Amino acid sequence: MKQVDRTAAEGIESLGAAVITAVESLGAFVTFLGAAIFYIFAPPYKLRLAIYQIREIGADSMFLIVLIAASIGAVLGLQGVKTLTRFGATGSLGSVVSLTLVRELGPVMAALMVTARAGSAMAAELGSMQATEQIDALTVMAINPVQYLVSPRIVAGVVSFPLLTSVFDVIGIMGGYVVGVGLMGAPSSSYFNGIAYNLVWHDISTGLWKALVFGIVVTWVCCYKGYNAERMATGISRATTEAVVVSSVLIILWDYFLTSILL
Amino acid sequence: MSPTGSEGSEPNAIEVRNLYKRFGRQQVLNGVNLDCPHGAITTIVGPSGCGKTVLLRHLNLLLHPDSGRIVIDGVDVSRMHGHALDPVREKFGMLFQGNALFDSMTVFENVAFPLIEKTRLSAAQIEKAVHETLDAVSLEGMDNKYPSELSGGMQKRVALARALIRRPKILILDEPTTGLDPARTGAIHDLVRRTQQKFGLSAVLVSHDVPKVFEISDRLALMHEGKIRLYGTVEQVRGANDEVFEHFLAGRTSTDEEDALAKRA
Repeated sequence: MKQVDRTAAEGIESLGAAVITAVESLGAFVTFLGAAIFYIFAPPYKLRLAIYQIREIGADSMFLIVLIAASIGAVLGLQGVKTLTRFGATGSLGSVVSLTLVRELGPVMAALMVTARAGSAMAAELGSMQATEQIDALTVMAINPVQYLVSPRIVAGVVSFPLLTSVFDVIGIMGGYVVGVGLMGAPSSSYFNGIAYNLVWHDISTGLWKALVFGIVVTWVCCYKGYNAERMATGISRATTEAVVVSSVLIILWDYFLTSILL
Repeated sequence: MSPTGSEGSEPNAIEVRNLYKRFGRQQVLNGVNLDCPHGAITTIVGPSGCGKTVLLRHLNLLLHPDSGRIVIDGVDVSRMHGHALDPVREKFGMLFQGNALFDSMTVFENVAFPLIEKTRLSAAQIEKAVHETLDAVSLEGMDNKYPSELSGGMQKRVALARALIRRPKILILDEPTTGLDPARTGAIHDLVRRTQQKFGLSAVLVSHDVPKVFEISDRLALMHEGKIRLYGTVEQVRGANDEVFEHFLAGRTSTDEEDALAKRA
């Protein structure tokens, strides 16, 4: 009987320990973002670092964004013409492609691509800095590492993601035009007329709000995972993998949540 | 041979009193008392896992103690947090075991970094200060090299130059000769002694490099099982005929220590 009691007590103890660890981790995760946002507005301002990060996250992701956007737009044009022909509605191709891109695929795909390219690099760089005591070195020099390393990346995410999403939308719409109109023979005039009539500011702002939130989420998660990487050989690779997986899952979950409130 | 031997006389650069620190179920620091006098090199030695690194991370304010007191240059920092620690941090330079150089920056940028970030000096003043400090560690003409292009000993010199660039009062060195060959080890020891004298520094040094490190040590502290077991001048510590110290010097650990290390692993 005593053995059973001890086993039950140990089970409850480990459950309690797991809950405490989970709550502490969540608290640390949220506090990390709070500190990063606080230090954006606290002197000394790190504008030069933010601009450097906008180049790293934004400008350097441009080629990938253009490539993927053109491909997605081309697929939408192809599928759109095939599907709309069944209903005799190929004149709606422009509306279908633009609304799909601007409201959903643009922000989500751009965020996933930037996560894969810049988010993983961010986590690996901060993880490597943690492992080699470079983050400790900043602290010892009385330089706040969150303000120096994380806040500029959050700013860069907020600036870059909506801009990259806008580029994704435009290139996607062009890709849809080239394939849907140029190759599949959908009517040219109704493609852009449909966009002009049916794409309203609310659709565009919905997409840009999503991009802005994704910009915060991706930089937050990737910086947090890298900053807290374990100081061992596998620590950096684990942090990078977790950063990409958690960011990607959160992008999809937040997309649903934001769609439901912005619809 | 008390680790707080100079109590009552001139204040020390660093004073540690009854320092305790626990991680989970492991008591790492178990009542550390230590004085590091002004203008002297205090060397902390001890077997692996005895708590040297954890003590050092308290001295450079990266960890907070569970209880006890740390006084740095007359300021009790034990209960200070955040930006309140900045003025104290600016009093010391730190040489990390792995150098902690910023690998995306050149030698010049690494050494200039604390001045760029923490002072309002002009570019010309920064350039002058960096070159003076690089000269002091015998690293002229390396401005545009990246850390990955330098040997281990040269990286160590760059890290030392960065630690010295703001002319700190206290220099903390964590295993400065780890991974270096015997010739470079001697050169780094000479450099540490030379720069300590040149800049009038109080230095705290953690090292495994016994007995070579004794040559540059003014005070020696043997750490064992989370406490300072022996403290004094090198002659005093060597003359104590302490069993743990003799084992440590001979490169042996006692069975108890091996058991303790195995349990921690």
